[in-house]
Amino acid sequence: MSSSSNGRTASGGNGRRPDRLRDYSAWRLFRQGLSNDEWPRAWHHHDLRSSYDVVIIGGGVHGLATAYYLAANHGIRNVAVLDKAYIGSGGSGRNTAILRSNYLTPEGVRFYDRSVTLYEHLAADLNFNVMFSQRGHLTLAHNDSSLRTMRWRAEVNKVQKVDSEVIGPDKVSELVPYLDTSAQTRYPILGALYHPPGGIIRHDAVVWGYARAADAHGVHIHQKTEVLGIDVDGGRVSGVRTNRGSISAPIVVNCTAGWSTLISDMAGVDMPVQTFPLQAAVTEPVKPFLDTVVVSGTLHVYCSQTDRGELVFGASVDPFASYSIRGSLEFTEGVAGHVLELMPALSKMRLLRQWAGLCDMTPDYSPIMGPTPVEGFYVDVGWGTYGFKAGPVSGEAMAENIATGRVPEIIAPFGLDRFADGRLVGEKGAAAVGH
Amino acid sequence: MMLLPCPWCGPRNVTEFRYGGRAVERPDPGTTSPERWRRYLHLQKNPLGWDTENWYHSAGCRRYFAVQRHTGTNEVRAGEAST
Repeated sequence: MSSSSNGRTASGGNGRRPDRLRDYSAWRLFRQGLSNDEWPRAWHHHDLRSSYDVVIIGGGVHGLATAYYLAANHGIRNVAVLDKAYIGSGGSGRNTAILRSNYLTPEGVRFYDRSVTLYEHLAADLNFNVMFSQRGHLTLAHNDSSLRTMRWRAEVNKVQKVDSEVIGPDKVSELVPYLDTSAQTRYPILGALYHPPGGIIRHDAVVWGYARAADAHGVHIHQKTEVLGIDVDGGRVSGVRTNRGSISAPIVVNCTAGWSTLISDMAGVDMPVQTFPLQAAVTEPVKPFLDTVVVSGTLHVYCSQTDRGELVFGASVDPFASYSIRGSLEFTEGVAGHVLELMPALSKMRLLRQWAGLCDMTPDYSPIMGPTPVEGFYVDVGWGTYGFKAGPVSGEAMAENIATGRVPEIIAPFGLDRFADGRLVGEKGAAAVGH
Repeated sequence: MMLLPCPWCGPRNVTEFRYGGRAVERPDPGTTSPERWRRYLHLQKNPLGWDTENWYHSAGCRRYFAVQRHTGTNEVRAGEAST
């Protein structure tokens, strides 16, 4: 059951793969096991060049995927990816690693479904195990209005050939026996939107896989390199200033999350974005018992079990805008209470840790991708709570946009100009929980 | 715990309040230009640092007031009455 059954294929594996990208194999693992040799570094340290063809700000899944597809699909290899900390230290390493494409608008469904298709082929394309587990995704409905939205989403999904259907409490109980599907609870489960191709993935492996593949194609990855300013000459971007020196570049791409307005401000581009923290938590590991992703919008919680056995919980964004990523007791209490309403049997489980990431919320809960009024300055921002699952498709589309100068059809509805024209892509009903 | 200084009730836990967004002037919809209205609706600043914002004491006196808050550290300074 995969969304690639709709006949489209992934783009990678175009026959120009560098040798280093085929380096990981069962034979290699065996041979390495017999020796004491170190594995070669997956990506390399470089000195900062004084100029690059493309500078990408932000070394998360979006920035690295954009760099990889620029090199692999379009042959643009003189590319630098800058990160002020280490790669994957922002939203790419803080999300709850859930992938799905059962969105609400036709534009959104088409876009996220392409991402799921790319994720399905990612391990083979990158020669890196990203541990994508398509275990199915359940969005629970606890009242009539959410059941109506589920039906709406299911029909929009089916028209786009995405596997998605509304199921009743009996089927929900069959899929997840530990859920309290009785009618005696405060929020009884009336049904669910079931999306079999959805699932979870190892988010760090996606970042590392793209980094290794981009590096093998000649992309320079610069960690601990913070952008301090962006140079704009007569409406054209000309370079960036960093804590390691200045770089001149005709094209600069803002692929940051949390800091996207601050980076865009440097180029003088206003962004319709407000930054909110989102908190998540993980329990101690237990034996596998939950092999679907369970989401409840009414209870503001989503839950999945990792391959290690830990339960990962996420919530909606914090109730006020902030750049602070400190955890709060209110979140812990809330998420614990809501998880127990769904699965009372978990009452003895202990939380191991909690963390927060920054979400750049846009007015319509859709991202902002493509060119800006400053020539050569591109944005791939505003990813709210749905950025990780879109990493591959936005990397692919942004690379095409940069290489050809034309905005690809799949991201055309998500341009910055839509806020001037009033063409908003309202995804509030499907983008996240509890909004 | 994060305390907000309600000018009428004193410092209370932030969970008693509702965030009212940045304190910005709302243009008169009858006389403003579409461009100005668009900036008010969509293109507000998203500052990292001290900012003035409105809060509503929903679980207390149910009145609005302004607070100065540092958006990087969530440190707050005393607010003032707001109508």
